[in-house]
Amino acid sequence: MPATARPLSPHLSIYRWQIQMVTSIVHRATGIALAAGTILLCIALLALAAGPEPYAEVQTFCASWIGLILLFGWTWSLAYHLLNGVRHLLQDIGLGYLPAQFVRNSWLVVGASLVLTALLWTCVFTQRGGA
Amino acid sequence: MSKPLRTPLKTALGLGSARHGVHHFLVQRVTAVALLFLSLWFVWTVLAVLRSDYAGAHALIAQPCNAVLMIAFVVAIFWHTQLGLQVVVEDYVHTRWLEWTLQIAIKFVCFLGAAASVLAVIRIALGR
Repeated sequence: MPATARPLSPHLSIYRWQIQMVTSIVHRATGIALAAGTILLCIALLALAAGPEPYAEVQTFCASWIGLILLFGWTWSLAYHLLNGVRHLLQDIGLGYLPAQFVRNSWLVVGASLVLTALLWTCVFTQRGGA
Repeated sequence: MSKPLRTPLKTALGLGSARHGVHHFLVQRVTAVALLFLSLWFVWTVLAVLRSDYAGAHALIAQPCNAVLMIAFVVAIFWHTQLGLQVVVEDYVHTRWLEWTLQIAIKFVCFLGAAASVLAVIRIALGR
């Protein structure tokens, strides 16, 4: 969609997929997803302030299939964005830039985000005995 | 291309072509560090809220410490969101009017979201 036609550098379709680019793309994607999730947080707080009936409506939505799928996605998005954000902050002060470290830390973030998500949902289901 | 086009003063001021310098970069990282800690508290609090009924959840967020942290959390998260979405639009939206419309809309929505959330927490904390 550029306003003026000009030569472009090679883009996604050219490169072989590798963990370095995937973690970067997923960081953005989870950031956008979390932006939408933050709106739900705002609605939940407004409902909690408004009274038991509006709060019950939010609870009903969160316990529905769509709500659970969204919440599960947001949990993983938060876990991933948080852990990958730490990786980026460490890189900002110059740590972990060797290719081997970069690849290892990237996979570490992906694995840890999945473990963290599983742990959180185990907590949710064990303390409630099902949704 | 033998000499740099910027004057030495411009380089010394370090404000770059947008004249914002590294302000955006720094604020994004400072809010990120804040959110790193606040998110851990937030997840802990959400798990506690899920254990409670309406009255319990209301009382939990109404506690002064939790109310302050929740306000800090929503301000930091909407601020960080605005900065992040701004870069996404800068990178991918190349039609000028659409880019500007989106940038301003993102700022409006993030500010309204933060203001509404802060008001909600204040209402909860003051017991309506």
